[in-house]
Amino acid sequence: MNFDELFGNFPALTITGLEQGAIYALVALGYTLVYGVLRLINFAHSEVFMVGTFTALWTWEALGYDQNSPSPAIGPLILALVAGLVVAAVASAATAVTVELVAYRPLRRRNAPPLAFLITAIGASFVLAESFGIGTSRAPFGMPVLIPSETAFTVFGAAVTNIQLLILGVTLVMMVSLDQFVNRSRLGRGIRAVAQDADTAALMGVNKNRVILLVFVLGGLMAGVAALLWNVRYGYTKFNVGFLIGLKAFAAAVLGGIGNLRGALLGGLLLGVAENYAAGLFGGDWKDFTGFVLLIVLLMFRPTGLLGESLGRARA
Amino acid sequence: MRQKLARVLGGVAISALVISGAAACKADSGTEGGSGDKAACDLKIGFFGPLTGDAAGLGIHMRNGTKLAIDQYNKDNADCKVNLAEYDSQGDPAKAPALAQQAVGDTKVVGIVGPAFSGESEVADPIFDEAGLPIITPSATRPSLSTKSWKIFHRGVGNDTSQGPAAGRYIKNVLKAEKVYVVDDQSAYGAGLVDEVKKVLGAVAGEDKVQVKQTNFSAVVTKIVGSGATVLFFGGYYTEAGLLLKQLKGAGWKGTMVAGDGVNDANFIKVAGQQVAEGTVLTCPCAPATAAKGTFVTDYKAAFENAEPGTYADVSFDITKIFLEGIKAGKSTRADLLAFVKSYNKAGTATGVTYKFESNGELDPAQVLVWAFKVNAGQVVPDIEIPKA
Amino acid sequence: MTATVDKGRSPALKGRWAAMPKQVRWAAIAALIVLLYILPNRWFYEYLGFPIGSEYFAFYTTRSDFAGVLFDTAVFVLLAVGLNVVVGFAGLLDLGYFGFYALGAYTVALLTSPESRLGTNWPWLAAVPVAVMVAMVSGVILGGPTLRLRGDYLAIVTLGFAEMIRLYAARNEGVMQGQRGIPAIPHPPGTGSDGKPLFGVVDARPYYWLLLTLILLVIVLVRNLANSRVGRAWVATREDEDAAEVMGVPTFKYKLWAFAIGAAVAGLTGAVFAGKQTFINSDQFVLESSILVLAAVILGGAGNIKGAIVGGAITWYLPEWLRGAGDLVGVEFDAAEYRILVFGVVIIVMMIFRPQGIVPNRRRAAEFADRRQEAVPQEKVPSE
Repeated sequence: MNFDELFGNFPALTITGLEQGAIYALVALGYTLVYGVLRLINFAHSEVFMVGTFTALWTWEALGYDQNSPSPAIGPLILALVAGLVVAAVASAATAVTVELVAYRPLRRRNAPPLAFLITAIGASFVLAESFGIGTSRAPFGMPVLIPSETAFTVFGAAVTNIQLLILGVTLVMMVSLDQFVNRSRLGRGIRAVAQDADTAALMGVNKNRVILLVFVLGGLMAGVAALLWNVRYGYTKFNVGFLIGLKAFAAAVLGGIGNLRGALLGGLLLGVAENYAAGLFGGDWKDFTGFVLLIVLLMFRPTGLLGESLGRARA
Repeated sequence: MRQKLARVLGGVAISALVISGAAACKADSGTEGGSGDKAACDLKIGFFGPLTGDAAGLGIHMRNGTKLAIDQYNKDNADCKVNLAEYDSQGDPAKAPALAQQAVGDTKVVGIVGPAFSGESEVADPIFDEAGLPIITPSATRPSLSTKSWKIFHRGVGNDTSQGPAAGRYIKNVLKAEKVYVVDDQSAYGAGLVDEVKKVLGAVAGEDKVQVKQTNFSAVVTKIVGSGATVLFFGGYYTEAGLLLKQLKGAGWKGTMVAGDGVNDANFIKVAGQQVAEGTVLTCPCAPATAAKGTFVTDYKAAFENAEPGTYADVSFDITKIFLEGIKAGKSTRADLLAFVKSYNKAGTATGVTYKFESNGELDPAQVLVWAFKVNAGQVVPDIEIPKA
Repeated sequence: MTATVDKGRSPALKGRWAAMPKQVRWAAIAALIVLLYILPNRWFYEYLGFPIGSEYFAFYTTRSDFAGVLFDTAVFVLLAVGLNVVVGFAGLLDLGYFGFYALGAYTVALLTSPESRLGTNWPWLAAVPVAVMVAMVSGVILGGPTLRLRGDYLAIVTLGFAEMIRLYAARNEGVMQGQRGIPAIPHPPGTGSDGKPLFGVVDARPYYWLLLTLILLVIVLVRNLANSRVGRAWVATREDEDAAEVMGVPTFKYKLWAFAIGAAVAGLTGAVFAGKQTFINSDQFVLESSILVLAAVILGGAGNIKGAIVGGAITWYLPEWLRGAGDLVGVEFDAAEYRILVFGVVIIVMMIFRPQGIVPNRRRAAEFADRRQEAVPQEKVPSE
């Protein structure tokens, strides 16, 4: 136990924890959306994120930035970021949709048992990760430093960098717009209706398959945004980069209450911060361990997560 | 109906596969049967290490080093070739026994380059030992491996007790650092190195552990920056090293990172980026690129799509050549080749290290040179040879 | 349409099998068991007319030792049989089954190895029951508070548990010896007719036979359990927990039982594995393996012991076989790198064609057929 470390660096640990948690939260949204509508743990979602990191990197390379090039000026920088964002989001969404069309929809049509979905999800995850592994020689890839890290301001002695502000800002914007979309728009009403009762929704004229597709698109878009932020902050990817992030994001989704959009955000941020505190208190190697202990203890007291399941209705 | 058709098609495809497989293996058996009489030809050298999975990045380069040596040999000896047998362990000790038993059961296999990691060595080496199949590992550096009285065991590099103290001396005597922070990745390799470094340094400014595959190092970065350390020693592999350094420099740290040969890989600079990696000191129990190194680097690049040879690729190349020399000299059985390796005493062309093994299989300590390298403008260039003690 | 095809085909096969005289059925099963024991012997293939060597029999794994692969496959099969009790019978989604396997292996390693910090130096055989007990007790300890959670929450908790065991083993440099691991674990006892130890280093066959025997024993136990009052309670719980509870089935107790039995089987497997491997460290118990065992159970057909066996066999054997598939078709192609990719494709395709598993549980298959019928009107809704 190292309380000096924890309290001495408390503000800094909090900020970096929030920043990591924001990325967890964006990925967790994909799990939560799909789960809310289909009650399916989409194991392939971690690979949706991975595809996003690679396509964003390739976009930057196509624009002429490699890991050694100097940071661009503000104009080209915005162009690179936007291009990377659009490509990553589209690629991730396309991957998610492909998985749905190839692996899940045929099963749904045959009314397969829930466990069968779990296994095709794992199969899809293997296929995606291995294809990229073979295609990239399983090497790690560094990224261009598009935004040099600069201290924007300090709170309680901890520096807050421009990248951290960007990550937290983008996450909040994405989160609020998704929340509004699901709760206010017509398509969002469809999602909620299917989540509540798929059969009744279908009878009321909601196109179930279109809603499901939409859910995969939304989850994919969020993962793509997370991938871009990941690239900007951590500047690294590899064919199996999604595994750990996916695991953490899934844990975050459960922590907040799976099927609950706001729960995903809360769960993600909480997990990120808690892990960092644990790393400060016990040492960096206890990070993941503490994350899981937290999850298990919390589920014992609140079996449906912090905010409960609520995309459609609360489920016991 | 459509589903039924699809099923039929699937069934046909599968049965076709099985039948063609069976037919092909019949055909195979015909040709293989005849090749038995050419005793000393068509021998195999095995490569044992990860070619898929997480650690594949390290293993593929070693395999390439071995492959290059064999390809060059086969070019000169087209009438009596040596084949490469790959045993992809994925770096997983659980997968090692079946592969080691396969190698042992294949009488054509007379020597093994590997196993690449210490964990799989613990499992596979007893099997090789039982069968008397000589091995030279290019990269398993756990010191205790040479104390198990395996008569077939040889190590083509210095172990952790040669490199670690040297790295410690470099930090103490050359960098003259007052405050040193040490971090390891909890791997046997990384933790072993850090233990040795700490023994030399005495007190350190702080220490922490990270995990292999970890990507977010914000907590440890906060600690290192807070400790005021000017030197960071990292025990581990290149991916984590690159990411950690990148995040450290991103947080405004100005110090120098020192790391072992697990980081001495082109991928380190690729992950960290050139500016970030600049000035990093990498130790390696190997000699620098000189004329002695011959054409290894250019040959390697020519053979493998212009890839920079990664860590231990040169060691693998050299130790494969030891086996090849033995085969060339007519040592076509495992026992003969083992005796040949035991009495070997010659410098390797890629590493410049003189390969002479002690009775326990360790490289003769007099031959273990530890050099410090520096990253300069995106290249790893030799700095100095670290003096012994 | 498909439902009728299914119904038409499998009952016919089953009917023919059931219609055979009891003696014939027993003989067939005995023959199968004998075949399984003979499988790793080279002389068997020579006898069949396949010349000795490695790449002559389409089912032989040509890049890894066949007996070794059979042993590893048997490990997976036994794990799948154990997990089938949890997932298939009781309907509990357990993603962290490997955690109990790790516990079994570590218990044996710590108690027996001369290099263990505990310094107990027990013989292998004495440590096995302890390993089984440790796994079982930890199953109860983990299950106690968490089995009240439903479905997917249980999945993440068990997953977390397995990761905690592994991370702890990796972190703990003291007793568990971190990633450096515990070496020198003794082999099972016994001396062969030639005076050499029966369980040696090079030959994997004795271990395979040992494990095969254990598998048969466990199958007999599990079968009897499944056909007893306990088994019926599991089915009731799986189908509708609330209804079962109302009907007077103490569901929690039976769920805990399933969990503990599953854990005990995993502990046993881990103990045998440690005895063969002689060295274990945290790297050998990664989460991917947990998921693979679950995939094995579902691939084969959850709730059916035969299914679990088939699934377990495929999950390990197929990728190993694929290593040498290039040799078989006689092309210069190294399939090893693609084997996991192919495995992924195979499980997707298989699930699409047989969503209830390769050898489905009869009762479960009936439920799915029901659901399919129910689903027909819904599919006719003009939603597309």
